[in-house]
Amino acid sequence: MSASTLRIALVGNPNCGKTALFNQLTGGRQKVANYAGVTVERKEGRFTAPSGRVLQILDLPGTYSLEANSPDEQITRDVCAGNFPGEAVPDLIVCVADATNLRLHLRFVLEVKRLGRPVVLALNMMDTARQRGIVIDVPELQRRLGLPVVETVAVKRGGAHSLIERVDGEVPAAAPVQPDDAASRADLHAQVRELLAATVTMPRTTAALDDALDRWALHPVFGLAILAVVMFLVFQAVYAAGKPVSDVVGDGFGWMGEHVAALMPAGPLQSLVVDGLFGGLGTVLGFLPVILVLFFFILTLEESGYLPRAAFLLDRLMLSVGLTGRSFIPLLSSFACAIPGIMGTRSITDPRDRLTTILIAPLMTCSARLPVYALLIGAFIPIRYVFGVFNLQGIVLFALYLAGILGAMLVGWVMKRIRRDKSEHALLMELPSYRMPRPRDVAIGLYERGMIFLKRLTGVILGLTVLMWFLSTFPGAPEGATLPAIDYSFAGYIGRGLQYVFAPIGFNWQISLALIPAFAARETAVAALATVYLVGGEGEGLGQALAGQIPLASALSLLVWFAYAPQCMSTLAIIKRETDSWRNVAISFGYMFVMAYAASFVVYQVARALT
Amino acid sequence: MRLSDLPKGAPAVVDRVDDAHAADPIAQRLRDLGFVDGEPVRVVAVGPMGGDPLLVQIGFTRFALRRAEAARISVRTGVAA
Ligand SMILES: Nc1nc2c(ncn2[C@@H]2O[C@H](COP(=O)(O)OP(=O)(O)OP(=O)(O)O)[C@@H](O)[C@H]2O)c(=O)[nH]1
Ligand SMILES: [Mg+2]
Repeated sequence: MSASTLRIALVGNPNCGKTALFNQLTGGRQKVANYAGVTVERKEGRFTAPSGRVLQILDLPGTYSLEANSPDEQITRDVCAGNFPGEAVPDLIVCVADATNLRLHLRFVLEVKRLGRPVVLALNMMDTARQRGIVIDVPELQRRLGLPVVETVAVKRGGAHSLIERVDGEVPAAAPVQPDDAASRADLHAQVRELLAATVTMPRTTAALDDALDRWALHPVFGLAILAVVMFLVFQAVYAAGKPVSDVVGDGFGWMGEHVAALMPAGPLQSLVVDGLFGGLGTVLGFLPVILVLFFFILTLEESGYLPRAAFLLDRLMLSVGLTGRSFIPLLSSFACAIPGIMGTRSITDPRDRLTTILIAPLMTCSARLPVYALLIGAFIPIRYVFGVFNLQGIVLFALYLAGILGAMLVGWVMKRIRRDKSEHALLMELPSYRMPRPRDVAIGLYERGMIFLKRLTGVILGLTVLMWFLSTFPGAPEGATLPAIDYSFAGYIGRGLQYVFAPIGFNWQISLALIPAFAARETAVAALATVYLVGGEGEGLGQALAGQIPLASALSLLVWFAYAPQCMSTLAIIKRETDSWRNVAISFGYMFVMAYAASFVVYQVARALT
Repeated sequence: MRLSDLPKGAPAVVDRVDDAHAADPIAQRLRDLGFVDGEPVRVVAVGPMGGDPLLVQIGFTRFALRRAEAARISVRTGVAA
């Protein structure tokens, strides 16, 4: 079988639909979104063609040229040239081109053709091309290029049919290898013009809809206003739509816990099930709807094509704090999770910009912080309406997100100062066409996210919760104990030890203890607080238990701590992997710890003085 | 004239891209993106802060370029594209 395995690489300009095609062919679920630089890694998949032959497909990062300028482009260059470690030269290159953008994309096709490897050209987005009245004379294009050309619609079921048929047939002959020098590069443009003149009719150079929307979206005043409104509404919606559902789910688990408890004999095991599993995990699970609402907006924005516009509007501001508009999308992904955000920085050309972006990405409020925020806000911030529409709880949440962003700007600015570099940083960012997100894709994206969350919940969070329960239950209180039993447990000792460090910022021993599992997964702090407070408590809800036992100043300090604290080992691990330096890991851990401690200290002392 | 000095909306044609220094990767990338002699070009929008970056239409594509990048590109105006 392996002798007949054909290895196919998908290459092309950024955002032409390579990953959508890859998913269509292999049934994969790799990330597809409407901006340049979504795929930053080489991904492999396989499928069996109608003839029975196994095809191995490589999805590669998009690149404008084989002369790579950034880490993601280097991967594509190396795979095409056969220089990628552990990867043989592909048997066939499928060059994907956006049929609505051939002036740019055909040049890359010609560049790839010069490699002297078998190439098939897939003209993708034929649906949009037809809608816009773009007419392409495919047989003529095929003749002039000397390559097989097929039409595809990567996002439609069966839209890759003609491509499958073509690659399942005979591998086309390779064009002769051609030299690569300045003169021949310039010549490629002349060839593209000839090809376009002979084979493509464009009614307009850009989509009329794009022009109309951009007049508003990029307007110096309205553009910024629209951006501010979009961002603010997202946070309000996360709170308004997600939170009530969370409460229902949380209460449901509490209720189930009580019923299960009634079936079990009293004792430590009952407390594990009721307090640890239903109280702790149930509370975390309750925040799934909040997270899904957030992802709904992120997925919709990513597919709409608006994000690069936002980056355009904010570029100057970001430049002034040592970043670039290109950092915008990786930073925005970090609101979901810093890990894909940090990986997404591979598309940033300038290594300095990339490093700054990596170091500040963990300050963006990731979705794992959301349960902690929502729990504390729900317990401590009253529901009150400001100006009749904005919920005070939503405003506090927004302020926490803002705190992360402002902190990141401060760090970027300081890094720029330290570096004192005056040299140029490039932007060079393509603005794609607007696209209507397809409900099915958004639904699949949400499902994927939900599954990731559930896996975390039943894996690391469950494990840590059981561990926390164990620590808070054993050893039991001695004979004639006067304090609650938990004070005599391991947890009590560890927590009180940590309290020496955290007392100045207002954390009692229970909170200090909950910070440990939060380092593995932030949401676990919720489960851990539930465990320590419910194990020692009188069976009221977690929110009330917290509100009754933690002063407001400490709660605010804890919120701020979560905004800045160096947390989540996986983030530190990915920083190590992406920058290949322990020094950067140490820097990011160190600066975040100092920043979190300082900010929490100030908040705690001020709030205590005021209350 | 430099592309960075071109008023918004004014039609122009690219003349050439100059290297800011020897082996300038940004200049090479601009050429690859289609900023080559004879290509029609237009500034579609400018950023809200300090008129930076510029949104430039080249071919069928729009790129955001900072002024420093756009200054590498010299353009001709008043020529029928
Ligand atoms: N209408 C239409 N949209 C498409 C088609 N193929 C892809 N798209 C959209 O085009 C955008 C880019 O798709 P991707 O598959 O992420 O593109 P890519 O080439 O992998 O991009 P990079 O990984 O950034 O290089 C997404 O918004 C897709 O939904 C198509 O055939 N028709
Ligand atoms: Mg991709």
